[in-house]
Amino acid sequence: MNISQSFRLALKSLATSKMRALLTMLGIIIGVAAVIIITSLGNGMQLMMNAQFEKLGANLVQVQLMQTDSSSRTITPSDMEELVEKYPQYLSGMTPYISVQATVFHNANEYKRTRIMGVSEAFLNDQGSTMSGEELGEGRFLKFVDVDRYQNVCVIGAYLAQDFQGDPMGQTITVGGVPFTVIGVLRQVGDNTEGSGDDILYLPYTSALRLNNTAQASVYMFTSTSRDTASVAKGLIEERLYQTYQDDTAYYVMTSAEMMDIMNTMTNTLMIVLVAIAAISLLVGGIGIMNIMLVSVTERTREIGIRKSLGAKRKAIRTQFIIEAGTTSAIGGVLGILVGVGLASVVGTLVSSTMDTGGVPFTAVPTPTSVAVAFGVSVGIGVLFGYLPANKAAALNPIDALRYE
Amino acid sequence: MKHLIELKNLYKIYQMGTETVHALDGINLTIDPGEFVAIVGQSGSGKSTAMNIIGCLDVPTSGTYHLGGVDVSTMDDDQQAEIRNKMLGFIFQQYNLIPKLNVLENVELPLLYAGFSSSERRRRALNALGRVGLSEKCKNLPNQLSGGQQQRVSIARALAGNPSVILADEPTGALDSRTGREVLGFLKKLNEEGDTVVLITHDNSIAVQAKRIVRLQDGRIIYDGDASDPKAVVQPTASGDLESDGSFGEEVHP
Repeated sequence: MNISQSFRLALKSLATSKMRALLTMLGIIIGVAAVIIITSLGNGMQLMMNAQFEKLGANLVQVQLMQTDSSSRTITPSDMEELVEKYPQYLSGMTPYISVQATVFHNANEYKRTRIMGVSEAFLNDQGSTMSGEELGEGRFLKFVDVDRYQNVCVIGAYLAQDFQGDPMGQTITVGGVPFTVIGVLRQVGDNTEGSGDDILYLPYTSALRLNNTAQASVYMFTSTSRDTASVAKGLIEERLYQTYQDDTAYYVMTSAEMMDIMNTMTNTLMIVLVAIAAISLLVGGIGIMNIMLVSVTERTREIGIRKSLGAKRKAIRTQFIIEAGTTSAIGGVLGILVGVGLASVVGTLVSSTMDTGGVPFTAVPTPTSVAVAFGVSVGIGVLFGYLPANKAAALNPIDALRYE
Repeated sequence: MKHLIELKNLYKIYQMGTETVHALDGINLTIDPGEFVAIVGQSGSGKSTAMNIIGCLDVPTSGTYHLGGVDVSTMDDDQQAEIRNKMLGFIFQQYNLIPKLNVLENVELPLLYAGFSSSERRRRALNALGRVGLSEKCKNLPNQLSGGQQQRVSIARALAGNPSVILADEPTGALDSRTGREVLGFLKKLNEEGDTVVLITHDNSIAVQAKRIVRLQDGRIIYDGDASDPKAVVQPTASGDLESDGSFGEEVHP
């Protein structure tokens, strides 16, 4: 009935006291902006992680063995290799993933923090990147023969390559007292410092097992033939492991899709917690609106009396004030969205320039849903917190209201 | 002929702390369509209470009030609002225009609450403004008009809904005597055009402009009769006179 007039009236009264309107909206603006920033960053983070997973291959299946020291029941790399040979339609490759606890020496420099990993040739996927997302810069990666023949060769990260005079290819580096010949250098992925993603060395897993003085690996990575066969592959691996261990807690098999789900669930949970904290500001904003609406009702008691004397029913008065509160918070919401999107892009730029994103672009952009929800919630808060003052206005006695000075 | 306004045995009793105040103490009054009645009385006489009840802004403690044949004395808030909207047009001492709305929007207000479409509201509001000669000021804000003009806007607003009764509460109280006369002239003109006008005032010189005077004192009618009767403007001062004057007043009811 008088919706459009109420709306125009609300805009008018906001326009006549801009400072007051802005201060009233501040809580909503801050709350909505915070929610938008958080969801934008979370969304950007998720997009980035998904892109990274995509790059690593969506067909990865990771196996973690819990009890490798049990003497009677053991799984060896060759057991796992047999599995790949038995089901070529589901499994396309396998590599143990063996961490070697040893020190790297070169040029009388000691590299204490270098990660030394024993892997097979299958660690490099068909797209030319490793299962950890690195790409080969120079030389070649490990081959089947290197693994099969316990070759003392290695592929090094960009950080280690800095320490070589000229081409590191063909030169040697000492791992756990054994000289290894460099056959490949990885492209820089991180900031090329000690302990970063570039401080890494890959060697054949057979050599790694020998360095560790064991025959068993606790972590394996499989590649399924495609993304769709990953869950079948997982089932086959679990079946094989159960044969040996007769206990489904002795191992843990996870596809990259599941890993992605877990990561997404984690970021979502984190986001929800942060949004809930930001929502407190929305609550405070709502109380601010309620406060100013109560003031407004008092200030406009006479107007309410006039309207009532002219035949406005309770509902009409209530609607008018609720629309006014809703308009205030909706404008606050729009301002909050603008501020939030602006700040999110600033923070996003900062993050992508300082953080190692693994070659995947990071952009903090809010999802349309989060924008819509933020707007809806801010309007809802206005209506909710406007209800009490509006009801107070609607219940005013027309005689008292008309007489009010 | 059916009475437009019919108050029967009307009481309005307030409890002020331990004291009981009879603001209206047994009022019987009828007003017919087309009348121009002034309800006069000093402050505390109960004329404001009478105006509130006639204006459906308040309900009596006991007694009945029929407006246009409908008993409105027991209605709730929203029902009263509807009656005010459909049957009553108010003119207040302080004009009571909404400062943020322009003249046209102010006049449209009762039509808005009556649920008319925007084009119909506009048509009727402009028509009402035409009757008070302010069509060309319709885009102005109230504070851009003189007091007399503002009161004319409020008359237009009262007319816009085409009410059965125009209720004017001290309409000239805030105006100088010249514009006051002008506004009274408008009320007379409206009455001549067929509108029923009820004027509430404390001022005898205003009251005599009406055709009929109803004088209140201490919540009772002490005179009700033709405005040209010299007795109509006699304001008894001692409370001892009240009883006889009160009964006399009722006898001369036309």
